[in-house]
Amino acid sequence: MNSRMISLSAAAAVVGSIAFAGAAVARDQIRIVGSSTVYPFTTAVAEQFGKSGGGKTPVVESTGTGGGFKLFCAGVGVGHPDVSNASRAIKKGEFEDCQKNGVKDVVEIKVGIDGLVLAQSKAGPSLTLTRKQVFQAMAEMVPDKDGNLVANPYKNWSDIDAGLPNIKIEVLGPPPTSGTRDSFHELYLEKGAEGFDSLKSLKKSDAKAFDKVWKSIRKDGAYVEAGENDNVIVQKLEANKNAVGIFGFSFLEENISKLKGAKVEGVEPDYDSISSGKFKGARPLFVYVKKQHVGVIPGLDKFVAEYVSDKAISKDGYLARKGLVAMPKEEAAKVAEAAKSMKTLSADLVN
Amino acid sequence: MTDISMSQPSGSYTVNRKFDITSAEAQGRIRSRYRAEARFKSYGLLALGITSVFVVILLADVFVRGLPAFWQHRLVLDVPVAADAFGAPGSVDAAAIRGGDYYPVTKAALAKAIPGIESRSAERQLNRLLSTGAPDILRETLVADPSLIGKTVKVPLLLSDDADLYFKGAGSKIVSRVPRGIATPSGVTGEVTVLTASNDFADELATIKRALSVRAGGVEREAGRLQRSPDKANQARAVELLEVAKALRARAEQPRGEEPLDADIPSVLVEINGGLVKATKLSDSAITGEVLLPLKSADEAKPANWKIVTYVTPEANRKVNDQEAAFLERLRSLGVVESGFNWRFFTSGDSREPELAGIRGALVGTALTLLVTLALCLPLGVGAAVYLEEFAPKNRLTDLVEVNINNLAAVPSIVFGLLGLAVFLNFFGLPRSAPLVGGLVLALLVLPTIIIASRAALRSVPPSIKEAALGVGASHQQAIFHHVLPLAMPGIMTGTIIGMAHALGETAPLLMIGMIAFIVDVPQSFVESATVMPVQIYLWSDLPEQAFQAKTAAAIIVLLGFLFVMNGLAIWLRKRFERRW
Repeated sequence: MNSRMISLSAAAAVVGSIAFAGAAVARDQIRIVGSSTVYPFTTAVAEQFGKSGGGKTPVVESTGTGGGFKLFCAGVGVGHPDVSNASRAIKKGEFEDCQKNGVKDVVEIKVGIDGLVLAQSKAGPSLTLTRKQVFQAMAEMVPDKDGNLVANPYKNWSDIDAGLPNIKIEVLGPPPTSGTRDSFHELYLEKGAEGFDSLKSLKKSDAKAFDKVWKSIRKDGAYVEAGENDNVIVQKLEANKNAVGIFGFSFLEENISKLKGAKVEGVEPDYDSISSGKFKGARPLFVYVKKQHVGVIPGLDKFVAEYVSDKAISKDGYLARKGLVAMPKEEAAKVAEAAKSMKTLSADLVN
Repeated sequence: MTDISMSQPSGSYTVNRKFDITSAEAQGRIRSRYRAEARFKSYGLLALGITSVFVVILLADVFVRGLPAFWQHRLVLDVPVAADAFGAPGSVDAAAIRGGDYYPVTKAALAKAIPGIESRSAERQLNRLLSTGAPDILRETLVADPSLIGKTVKVPLLLSDDADLYFKGAGSKIVSRVPRGIATPSGVTGEVTVLTASNDFADELATIKRALSVRAGGVEREAGRLQRSPDKANQARAVELLEVAKALRARAEQPRGEEPLDADIPSVLVEINGGLVKATKLSDSAITGEVLLPLKSADEAKPANWKIVTYVTPEANRKVNDQEAAFLERLRSLGVVESGFNWRFFTSGDSREPELAGIRGALVGTALTLLVTLALCLPLGVGAAVYLEEFAPKNRLTDLVEVNINNLAAVPSIVFGLLGLAVFLNFFGLPRSAPLVGGLVLALLVLPTIIIASRAALRSVPPSIKEAALGVGASHQQAIFHHVLPLAMPGIMTGTIIGMAHALGETAPLLMIGMIAFIVDVPQSFVESATVMPVQIYLWSDLPEQAFQAKTAAAIIVLLGFLFVMNGLAIWLRKRFERRW
């Protein structure tokens, strides 16, 4: 049986290569994990780094911010990633996890800003919202006139404020597993909830109950979980001119021919308003680097230098063309300085 | 009335039954049986029809989106390569040519094609029409033949994704018309005014006025809404908006006068003396605007020699702005834009630039992964099937094994990924993202399928074959390996290929072992980082660039092709070797 012989020898070869691979240790390629929001930017830097002859093109995995920190903080050594992308700052628990596993020196680099926009079809009636109104439209429990929490009664935008168009509240957004969803809660719903006196006093008296208010989104169909893929939301907005979608600014910028952003607190979401911080729905994006790997993994310091270089993160840089909003100049210079000197994160800066 | 009687002689008694098949009730029963059958058939046809419609819609959608990605637009330009572009003339080696900076070279080529661009921002926009990978072909040409340095080389330069999409129809409808009067431009570059002898821009002015009144209506509606709001700030805002609307109305109703243009209304341009002027202000008989393409002279132009061009889609509604569109239109009229098959899609790895991204890396990764899967699954699966079917004693233990194999076939694939992470990566210390680990995980996934299919194939071989072999003195093992197994092979192969096709479409288990990743280098071995086709599709579908949507569909087409080939192979093997008894 010839074919059997072939498959047997192939199996032997596989077993052999397993044994061989187990023995292989050295790594000459940077490994990056983390947020899918930062992924489009880090990959662009990785490609540029590989092209400019700095070394092998780094491998960038898209694992989500939380999953990324889990891998990043698992330990020091070639078996663990060197860099982690994050669409939020590292949490205390994650930082402690890092410390416990010997990842003592972590460098935090803020690479830019991402605007979280509420977008709608160009054919739809323009929305100008406040974060308070977004909270009223989206939260599961909202305060009524007397400040008592009731199940969300608003069906149309005009029910919230007569100044808003008389169309059904229909918002397409990310599922709870997404980092973008976390940001939506923090940037819009938490801030919106704080705009109510009754909830403000609730925050003081019972912080947990307050957290529950802004962390729960209504489940009566007004909020539609449209999946992780933002392009799907874009397509649905094109089809339904009354719907509103929640996604990153880069998707609005790419689809500007079909979509417009809703004004938040009177500010249009565009490059300048996000960069200057006038647009309130903006969040910083980070990259975390394991300092202990500098010098062990070839090119890691050069990769960091490429990331914070002017041609990458400045306003005219190639990341801006990919949809990343650059920080103001002075801040960018400060970030680049800290990154080059590999200033490590201390425990008191993490919360 | 005919009665058919049937007697059953067996047994100690005889049954005589009469079958009524001619009475009216009987005919009715027969008709209802036929109706039931016809109904069932129509249900079947309906179900088939619905599924085929869905399949056709799906395939049509994928093909309509994906096929354009197989073509790519390039600029075929005369590229003057300076003699000292890559170091001192005469001492140029291949490494210097490979590592050289090509930006000045391509910039010079573009400047030659569209001369006279002075402003820095226009120059930058012109150069951004080219992809960052534009000089690749030039580089290869020069490395192959260094004697071309110092000469002018005619090579295709790749366009950027936005420019490519523009030529694929994402731009604007362009309307041009011939005016009546003689036009006089005030200059050749910078800001110029074009005056005409007759009221040539009256139509454009009317269009703008109409747009203004539509806009005023929109503002009035918003103001009306805000007035209904109880909020003080909204009331104040409404008053402001009403003022704005009033001003807009006044402008719209005034018959003449000069109107500014902005990005929300169609762009009006004037093509004159070999150049192009974009209007920023417009009146009946004159436009003032910036020069997009420099004019050859400021002479008077006769009506036949100048044109009014309108880009119908407002600038704010497209990715390519007026300046870029003007450059692209100029390049098109120069005849240097060429559309060609996108070979790069099949020869390069992933990239963040849509026009450079290819599926070679994912294809090779898929092949390597499936090779590992096949090498593990086939011998293990067939061996297990042969043992369980032919040799294993029938007891509680083998029953348990059998039940568990069937259960394993139904385990969600992500579970195998978790297993792979815990065992292969964490315990054995195998590298992350490697096709080897991917293959091992997928092997776990398809092993039950192959065992079940192989057992069915072995069982379908008539026992007479084995018995004949045993009868002429073959041992049990000889009977199985020489006679039963070869005859069962077509069925086993079919099962294996279907199992492999299943593995080909998996992404979930690969997430855990790090194969959902951006990997530029095409993998060369089983332990290098790699990704697979479905993962590549998933990653591309999530990127914001429009051009990646087409790439996603194109990658799906390639994956479907891969699947069709595999399933075709399964059918061919079955037809070729199948024996019937």
